[in-house]
Amino acid sequence: MTDTETRLKALMLRGMDGDAAAYRECLAVLGVRLRAYFARRMSGAPGDVEDLVQETLLAVHLKRSTWDSAQSFTAWAHAVARYKLIDHWRRRKIRQTLPIEDHIEFLAADEPDPGVGIELDRALASLPEKQRILVSDVKLTGLSLAEAGARAGISEGAAKVALHRALKALAERMRRADG
Amino acid sequence: MRTDDLIDALASDAVEVRPPPPRRLALVAGLGALAALVLVLTWLHTRPDLMPAMRGGMFWMKAAYTGALGVAGYLAIERLARPGGSGRRGWILGGVVLGLFALVGVIQAMMSPDIQMALRMLRGHSWTRCSPNILALSLPMLALGLWVVRGMAPTRPTLAGFATGLFSGGVAATVYGLHCPEHTFTFVALWYSLGVLLAAALGALIGRWALRW
Repeated sequence: MTDTETRLKALMLRGMDGDAAAYRECLAVLGVRLRAYFARRMSGAPGDVEDLVQETLLAVHLKRSTWDSAQSFTAWAHAVARYKLIDHWRRRKIRQTLPIEDHIEFLAADEPDPGVGIELDRALASLPEKQRILVSDVKLTGLSLAEAGARAGISEGAAKVALHRALKALAERMRRADG
Repeated sequence: MRTDDLIDALASDAVEVRPPPPRRLALVAGLGALAALVLVLTWLHTRPDLMPAMRGGMFWMKAAYTGALGVAGYLAIERLARPGGSGRRGWILGGVVLGLFALVGVIQAMMSPDIQMALRMLRGHSWTRCSPNILALSLPMLALGLWVVRGMAPTRPTLAGFATGLFSGGVAATVYGLHCPEHTFTFVALWYSLGVLLAAALGALIGRWALRW
């Protein structure tokens, strides 16, 4: 368990220095943990699980400057996940309470298969076309940001700005989706 | 969209990390103090005896007290603006400073020769205006602070709003000392504290719904 923390923290630190491959790996490991975490607390709503995984990953990405690298990264990510879950219940007017739990438990759950998210596609559909193309085309292994930008008809610099804006808009729209 | 594809998009946006909370909060304090200063200069005006007052101890004692409350708010919000953060250090500092000042204020009131004198100290010349003025001076910084904190990631919105209000109220009350000639511990312990706490309460009230993300 502490191995996961050590590994995630190292990857995240490299990611915050701009190492996209390390960052991608960090988010992938985190995504598995998030899925397990939500699945155990949201039995009966499997579709919502993937929505929350995606919404939380977006939040982790956009809010990562609030992580103090002197602190545990897993504890920080767990707090984000917990907040997103409680916020989800609040918006759906579901009366639920989460026991105070340790972030060690966050690392320990089993790993369910990824489900299909709906809210992200819905949010994506409401974005301007160029942003939508960018978000769905850009791949670390496939299309680079420059190539994806070219397909959307913009320069790499403009694509960079547009992608960041698109991700922010997605986070905002997903949050409002079930409000 | 599959989660893996989302992760690809996020990783492609990997480079940019915005400045960390402390720097942004310091900017909030700077701009907030400036706004309060402009309000004092143009609306309330500085106390006529500002220069001689600045040579006395009570002027600085007041500033130190309200400044410490602002620092307490800063310490709390610097942590509460982050997921899972606890404002404990700030609450302890704020509680200790408030308790000490209240104690000295009570002692000073009890040492006065009669009840009339104690009441005069309690009311000063401006007891009806002091707290509302401090609250008014804190509003620009409170608005800016809540907006900035909203861009961070507070997981306890009400507490984070309270801390932002304490931060703003402390800074505003310190600037208010340039206008307010009151000079007893009794007065400051009651009305200054009340003004700062009003700002904190307003912050909590707004934060409860405005600080969600």
